[in-house]
Amino acid sequence: MSNDIVNIEVDGKPVEAKKGQMVIEATDAVGAYVPRFCYHEKLSIAANCRMCLVEVEKAPKPLPACATPVGEGMKIFTKSPKAIAAQKATMEFLLINHPLDCPICDQGGECELQDLAMGYGRDVSRYNDGKRVVKDKDIGPLVSTDMTRCIHCTRCVRFGEEITGMPQLGTTERGEDMKIGTYIENSVDHEMSANIIDLCPVGALNNKPYRYSARAWEMEQRATVSPHDCVGSNMYAHVLRGTVKRVVPRKNESINETWLADRDRFSYEAIYSRDRLQAPRIKESGEWRDLDWEEALSVAAERLKDAAGDKIGFLASPSATLEEAHLTARIAAHIGTANIDHRIDRRDFSDQDNDPVFPWLGCNIAELEEQDAIFVVGSNLRREAPILAHRVRKAALAGASVSFASSKRHEYFFDVDNYLSGAGLIALLSGDDVQSVVAALNKAEKSLVLLGNIAARHEAYATVRALAAKIAESTNSTLGTVSSGANSAGLSLAGVLPHRVQAGQARSSAGANAASMLDQSLEALVLVNIEPDADLLAVDDAVARLERQEFVVALTPFVSKSLLQSADLLLPIGTFAETSGTYVNVAGTWQSFAGVAKPVGEARPAWKVLRVIGTLLEVDRFDYVTSEDVRNEIAAQLGEIVPDNSYAGRSEFAKPNGEDSPIAEIDIPIYSVDSMVRRAPALQLTSEAKRAAAESDT
Amino acid sequence: MAYEQNLTCFSTFGEERSWSLETYEKKQGYEAWRKILAGKLTREQVIDEIKASGLRGRGGAGFPTGLKWSFMPRDADVQKYLVCNSDESEPGTCHDREVLRYNPHALVEGMAIASYAMGVTIAYNYIRGEFIDEPVPRFEGAVREAYEAGLLGQNIQGSGIGLDLYTFVGAGAYICGEETALLESLEGKQGKPRFKPPFPANFGLYGKPTTINNTQSLASVPAIIRNGATWFAGLGPEGSGGTALFSVSGHIEKPGNYELPMGIPFKDLLELCGGVWKGRKLKAVIPGGSSCKVMPAEIIMDCTMDYNSLQQAGSSFGTGAVMVMDETTCMVKVLRRIARFYMAESCGQCTPCREGTGWLYRMLTRIVEGKGEEEDLGKLLDVANKIEGHTICALGDAAAWPVQSFLKHYYHEFEYMVRNRGRSIVEGNTEAAA
Repeated sequence: MSNDIVNIEVDGKPVEAKKGQMVIEATDAVGAYVPRFCYHEKLSIAANCRMCLVEVEKAPKPLPACATPVGEGMKIFTKSPKAIAAQKATMEFLLINHPLDCPICDQGGECELQDLAMGYGRDVSRYNDGKRVVKDKDIGPLVSTDMTRCIHCTRCVRFGEEITGMPQLGTTERGEDMKIGTYIENSVDHEMSANIIDLCPVGALNNKPYRYSARAWEMEQRATVSPHDCVGSNMYAHVLRGTVKRVVPRKNESINETWLADRDRFSYEAIYSRDRLQAPRIKESGEWRDLDWEEALSVAAERLKDAAGDKIGFLASPSATLEEAHLTARIAAHIGTANIDHRIDRRDFSDQDNDPVFPWLGCNIAELEEQDAIFVVGSNLRREAPILAHRVRKAALAGASVSFASSKRHEYFFDVDNYLSGAGLIALLSGDDVQSVVAALNKAEKSLVLLGNIAARHEAYATVRALAAKIAESTNSTLGTVSSGANSAGLSLAGVLPHRVQAGQARSSAGANAASMLDQSLEALVLVNIEPDADLLAVDDAVARLERQEFVVALTPFVSKSLLQSADLLLPIGTFAETSGTYVNVAGTWQSFAGVAKPVGEARPAWKVLRVIGTLLEVDRFDYVTSEDVRNEIAAQLGEIVPDNSYAGRSEFAKPNGEDSPIAEIDIPIYSVDSMVRRAPALQLTSEAKRAAAESDT
Repeated sequence: MAYEQNLTCFSTFGEERSWSLETYEKKQGYEAWRKILAGKLTREQVIDEIKASGLRGRGGAGFPTGLKWSFMPRDADVQKYLVCNSDESEPGTCHDREVLRYNPHALVEGMAIASYAMGVTIAYNYIRGEFIDEPVPRFEGAVREAYEAGLLGQNIQGSGIGLDLYTFVGAGAYICGEETALLESLEGKQGKPRFKPPFPANFGLYGKPTTINNTQSLASVPAIIRNGATWFAGLGPEGSGGTALFSVSGHIEKPGNYELPMGIPFKDLLELCGGVWKGRKLKAVIPGGSSCKVMPAEIIMDCTMDYNSLQQAGSSFGTGAVMVMDETTCMVKVLRRIARFYMAESCGQCTPCREGTGWLYRMLTRIVEGKGEEEDLGKLLDVANKIEGHTICALGDAAAWPVQSFLKHYYHEFEYMVRNRGRSIVEGNTEAAA
């Protein structure tokens, strides 16, 4: 223990540092700030900006704090005349070629160079020769470039090389002609690419959709949680007078670290889409007309009251909040129907009784990195959950054996141990090649078999899962799930399931599931945040089947052709930004958030809409005042849930329920997963979205 | 005074086909290597011999070669590398080229001995791209001959010693002569220096222990082992053993490469080279390549050409590239040309050098164009001082030192030019300036 400690002195104060630490980590730990640009805790050390030069006793020259390891007895002076002189010298060099365009630069007000120039720069420049001008680059729809502002810290370059593994940015030329760029004109495409906006310490790389639309100091920063995948990335919305202007990551080492997927960062644009449903609408004799909330809610309540209990169905999006889930489940229970489901993209329900209490990853998100072997089955992981893919990559870089089974090969930027592909999942999992994966899992101390979204949407999911479970069991691996939507876990726990009530308790008799519900002719069907054509994948012809239902009421933030075609009453609800609520992520972590934006038009938070409907239906004890009341109630009812993925089902499904053909598989493109993402213009302009669109056309 | 020439690296010079194995062997070539292969010298003995010889790195820094070799974990069970730095690119320097062209076997043998001493089994020679026409084929020819003669390869002559030697041709960047930039380039990356620590002896090529030596240093090794450390050390003064290769250029009657004992008085070197061009008066000398501080005639005339003497006189031995300037030389224009070189060759990685070298050049250009201000002179020095010691590698220092020394010794010339709107102090003399 004592061997790991070195005693050093920072500005005259004795400090204990860890052996192998760099000086900057030790000075940061005691709050002795050293200015820096190229240093970033998540990236390798470059030592190129020279801003963090400090004086070290006995060293003839000032040393970079970021790259100098601490040594026993080292005396460090962060603010001595020699240190300050070196830091000021660097600042002068950084500024001579930096444009004086702070008033029109989006980075202004939150710029590391601007901030440090206050402390280390001089009032008037001594440089009176021509300044450098660098041509801007077009690196895609998400990140704007003003390359003249670049100070060559190479954080963006290292991000590509180290964090994504897809090095698209690099430097060309040398000396003062050195430039950051893509070498050959190209967009920067990785699904986490926009993190370079946050990494860039100056205004060279900025948020393109946000460009020139607000100033940093005018906005309020409000915490929220991403609604687009099962990770629940923590983020801040920056809000100007009730309007979300941009989204940035909120550091959470156990979930998304300091990163944010592009999908989470840019989906906010959809809040202000022209497709937003501004007011309730009703279809009468085939014609749509707007109506006020009071009338709309009483129509909805009347139709639900008039219908026979078992002739009513509820379908909720897997990204509905826990509060929405609980209220929906309570209304359904009051009405007396078990036709309730959120698994709207699942196609094989045959083994649903063996589903876990909630779809669980099998470990905490951060623990993915600690696995020695991971086998990902039926998942386009980088698109389904970019942050999980990033953690799996970290595991692989740390030496884990990572293998995949999916009919199509997807690109990963690390050494994949085994990639089983070219056939259906059942064929892959029962073929000979899987034995080398089994061997790798067997060898590993900590190992995980992960079922992804493609697997969950498989026509014979029961068989796929049984095979995966068998592999997990035989290799002493944990079986885990990558679930769809932001809150499959919460909806499962709340009992938005036809075969279970809360906490996985079985119903006495199961109702209709997302697929079989639409086989019937219901008297009333409630859709919570679902676009039938794109989201309701449990059946092939969702719109046509919905049209056969007598009365469809849709709680939706957006109007779409398929809703106008299939629904009878549209109730405008807020997006995640306009409601408070809770998501339970795939690791079982509850994350509550407040509404961050002013609702658009007449939109109301869905939980409030459901609460009023429930009240009109005279559901007992439905007088919730806040969403916290709802959450607290279900939290108390659930008690402590221990996640458990042990599979008790039949280990063999001799006869699969559906086809095991690659063509029958459903892989939803990353920028099509939900109604918001589909309406985020910048995301739709990415080469990823364009490629997906081109593929679906053919 | 007569000096014996071509004792070490140029020993085959003047012979027919001096670069062939046959000629080299006639001059006792590979004797030392064969002795090692016969098991008559231990690693420690070789290293001690080199230490005792006083051989110092001829690439410019003058670090004791034997000491450098001893830093390698020679018995550790990891791949270790030797890299020869033939990226000879210090302005004024052109003698390693001659070793490659006319005596490549001395280098091959030197690399073999060094590799043995450090437990290295793979060695690379990084040769500058501009040498592609003649020096590279000559060196590669020598390597081929050595393989064919059973002097390189696996388990050479059943000795249990193995060495594979490869040539790598750079693409012509000055910075790749810096040892860690060279390693990056050799790994196929951009030639940008690494921050030290870790040093190459611990974390070098592909992260493995690596020693980088200069061409001349390695080519001197066979003669040292052959003739003994005492012989070599005795050729030069205390602290500067052996011979040195001088590339004498500029305003000199007989420019060229000369191998001479270390410690030769500058006066004698000048005389040997026929004196200053056209019998003119000597003004200044840059004694070891453009990165060294300039020395006015009256100072260098009293110096001997070795590490200690030149250092005491305020400059350094550098690469032995002696650049002679006569009385017609405009020192402002010379400095501007030097500044342009460092601006063009800065790798751009770290801030002071990337931004500062261009700033220096622009100020000097303004002064030469008659647009300089007196305050620019203070600013020049200040900018140079702010680059010096603040950068990842020594290129920053190399860019700063000429500025500091030119201003120190020739401030009046700069002042004159600023006051006279670009007119040089030497203008009006008979010959055009540099």
